Amino acid sequence: MAAIKVHGFHASTATNMVLCCLNEKQVEYDFVLVDLLTGAHKKPQYLALNPFGVVPTIQDGDLTLFESRAILRYLAQKFKGQGTDLLGSTLSEEALVYQWCEVEGQSFNPPVSTIVSQILVVPRRGGSTDEAAVEMNIEKLGKVLDIYEERLSKSKYLAGDFFSLADLQHLPHTHYLVNACGKGDLISSRKHVNAWWEDISSRPTWQKVAENMKVN
Amino acid sequence: MAAVKLYGPLASTATSRALACLLEKQVEYQLIPVDLKKREQKKPGFLAMQPFGQVPVLQDGALTLFESRAIVRYIAEKYAAQGTIGLLGKSLAERAVIEQWMEVESQTYNPPSSFLVFQLAFAPLWGIPQNQTEIAKNEKKFSNVLDVYEKRLSESKYLAGDEFSIADLSHLPNTEYIVKATGKAELITSRKYVNAWWENISSRDSWKKIREMSKADSKK
Repeated sequence: MAAIKVHGFHASTATNMVLCCLNEKQVEYDFVLVDLLTGAHKKPQYLALNPFGVVPTIQDGDLTLFESRAILRYLAQKFKGQGTDLLGSTLSEEALVYQWCEVEGQSFNPPVSTIVSQILVVPRRGGSTDEAAVEMNIEKLGKVLDIYEERLSKSKYLAGDFFSLADLQHLPHTHYLVNACGKGDLISSRKHVNAWWEDISSRPTWQKVAENMKVN
Repeated sequence: MAAVKLYGPLASTATSRALACLLEKQVEYQLIPVDLKKREQKKPGFLAMQPFGQVPVLQDGALTLFESRAIVRYIAEKYAAQGTIGLLGKSLAERAVIEQWMEVESQTYNPPSSFLVFQLAFAPLWGIPQNQTEIAKNEKKFSNVLDVYEKRLSESKYLAGDEFSIADLSHLPNTEYIVKATGKAELITSRKYVNAWWENISSRDSWKKIREMSKADSKK
């Protein structure tokens, strides 16, 4: 059977979320580069796979699937019997996984992706960082992380005492925040968030992915 | 078994998203209003259930759950055997495509459409100044998204395939406000297939019921 194909870009947080999940589920894949720097994602060949022209997209046999968080859920469900169980053991645990996945998508991602984009991406495209936007989003992110601090003081991982998709979704952007944006204090100043970050980012499945996330 | 409780005002898009799913699955529920004007959602009693201070919250027996899209998934899974069947598809592959369009709604449809709804429908009511530059930017963004939807819906009756799913359901609340309350209904109505899809999904019994309840609410 053909391996899953992942169309993506090495520096893309959404791509790396999917690669980490494939590692967790011990699933082989072929990586197909979509070079964002040359605009490959907006060319007809890629738009035929993903009409929104964003990465990643996967192909698994007849199925073509985009949206990283949807891909994560598909992989976690399809490969439920192997690798790390990422959905909890009961319907209620699974519901909490989905809840914290939504928190990542709705509350964590907007401010952190703005910070990372302004600090890392905008200057590389010839623009200058909007410092006011960065400050505003640091404040926003701080409030979200305060709530995480409270949660993680009572629960080892976001959805419960088990690592899940919810924790995994946070890896790529937090990696850039801490290691490439100089904003690690947002994490390290919060005792339980810091312990959680140290834990999840030291997973070998993540480290393999992080090695390839070159900023230049 | 304890009845399902949904906390939130009907006027909130996230609350009506969760309620639409309860109605589709014919789940008995209690809708407990939360007064956003009095900032009830930021009081300790509510924050104990939902630490981000947002509506809605679902209580089902021992489970307290927030984030409307997580609530939709949970209700659709737990009550899979009753009400509208097939909201999650009939196979893993079908479910995956449904999840894909749920995420498109969440990440791509929701941001520009909620911005327009807030700026055009609510800001004037609450005396908040409108940002015309951002309104124009978001209208363009939303139009571009709708062009992709137009192509998709010209090839597929519903977003994920031939059957109504939670992906279509998720779009009901924002689209209702866009069409009824922003003066920008033509964004939807000018697109043949998007409009047909909208007419179809908004005429479902579940959404009709929510419209009736909203009407009754506004008369109070």
